[in-house]
Amino acid sequence: MNTPQHVLVVGASAAGLSTAEALRRKGFDGRLTLVGAESELPYDRPPLSKQVLSGAWDTTRAQLRPKEALDALAAEFVLGDPAVELDADGRRVRTASGLRVTADAIVIATGLKARELPDQAGMSGVHVIRTVGDAVRLRSALLKTERVVVVGDGVLGAETASTARSMGLEVCLVGPQPAPMTEQLGPLVADHLADLHRRHGVCLHSGVLLEGLVSRDGAVTGVRLSDGEDLPADVVVAAVGGLPATDWLADSGLRLDDGIVCDEHCRAAEGVWAVGDVARWHHQGLGRLLRLENRTNASEQALAVAADILGENRPYLPVPYFWTDQFDVKLQAYGLPSADSQAQIVEGDPGESRFVVRHNGPRGPMGVLGWKMPRQARLHRASIVDQYTRPPEPATP
Amino acid sequence: MKITVDEEKCCGAGQCVLIAPEVFDQRDDDGIVVLLEAEPAAEHQDVVRESASVCPAAAIHLDEKA
Repeated sequence: MNTPQHVLVVGASAAGLSTAEALRRKGFDGRLTLVGAESELPYDRPPLSKQVLSGAWDTTRAQLRPKEALDALAAEFVLGDPAVELDADGRRVRTASGLRVTADAIVIATGLKARELPDQAGMSGVHVIRTVGDAVRLRSALLKTERVVVVGDGVLGAETASTARSMGLEVCLVGPQPAPMTEQLGPLVADHLADLHRRHGVCLHSGVLLEGLVSRDGAVTGVRLSDGEDLPADVVVAAVGGLPATDWLADSGLRLDDGIVCDEHCRAAEGVWAVGDVARWHHQGLGRLLRLENRTNASEQALAVAADILGENRPYLPVPYFWTDQFDVKLQAYGLPSADSQAQIVEGDPGESRFVVRHNGPRGPMGVLGWKMPRQARLHRASIVDQYTRPPEPATP
Repeated sequence: MKITVDEEKCCGAGQCVLIAPEVFDQRDDDGIVVLLEAEPAAEHQDVVRESASVCPAAAIHLDEKA
């Protein structure tokens, strides 16, 4: 494909903005348009459940770039105007306000929508955290209450519980896994995380499902668990994951299946790419479709997409990576855990609360986790890179 | 080019060190960025720009005019 004259990026958060920046850095000097659903200048989401929720940062500090840096991109920003329709063949997008934008290349970076609890609609006191507005509303609710129940034991739920507890609230963390984040961390590290939360006074309800919300006069008063227990709460946080924001693409002709299905170059169709949380692309090193919901992937995939738009023609083969900060612990997680891997301590000592764990799978090491050892974890990352970047050998006929 | 890093924003992800090990390192105890070369040599400036863009905490600032 020839270098496009006009690139339209749909989504103006980390993945979309990084794509635009990478295009410019790589010398693209054509027209560049970013369309975003939210009206704020592009901001970062990881601080929402930590520094913004705790009040350590005001919301402007979570902005991804200062205004001058955005101006220097020489891009047209259309903010607060969500895309509502894509014509993939015509490479045309229509927005809620009726704006129609046609481009040579379209990059879809619309991210996720927070999943809600089945009976939360119209009930006050139940919060999600996806946008900066969500985080500000939750913060003001937390400042007026003493008891919060966090539903969901993934990274967002665990971080929210940590932040709320550090603000002095009584916090219960509820989730189906044996320990918070077991799926992402494996049992050994997840058990350490559970201990950390307990030591700081979080009341953990693990291995239980939510039976439902309990309310009075339209306001939440607690949650009912599958083991029959009722937990009272003035505020409930639903941290039960996100859904790829693809409803606007229903008639686009793109293949949608838990995200936008893409090839190994993150191409969804001729002249259409997807990037970030919404993209489910073929990871050639793993030999399967993969969709990653983490901040580092947003930037790295953006680089790959920008390079592909400009004709570099290399597959996107990242080593997945995320970090989380909870209480005084920094956790780094490289690679993907698998149910059949064995955990091995390769540095430090769990007894001293500083260690690096490697997960060894049948094909070799697949994951590295650092507990309060970010630098050492990064160094051990080298041991798993081959598993992700070396395409599987073709089957011999 | 002149680099400044915001240690308070830095989340210790180490992406900058993976991309530009000649210019960035991490503290041993908490992983926070250590700037090795505040005014990087010309041959390192491209990877520094990439590091600044990829930094998941937007903690690396570049003054291209310096």
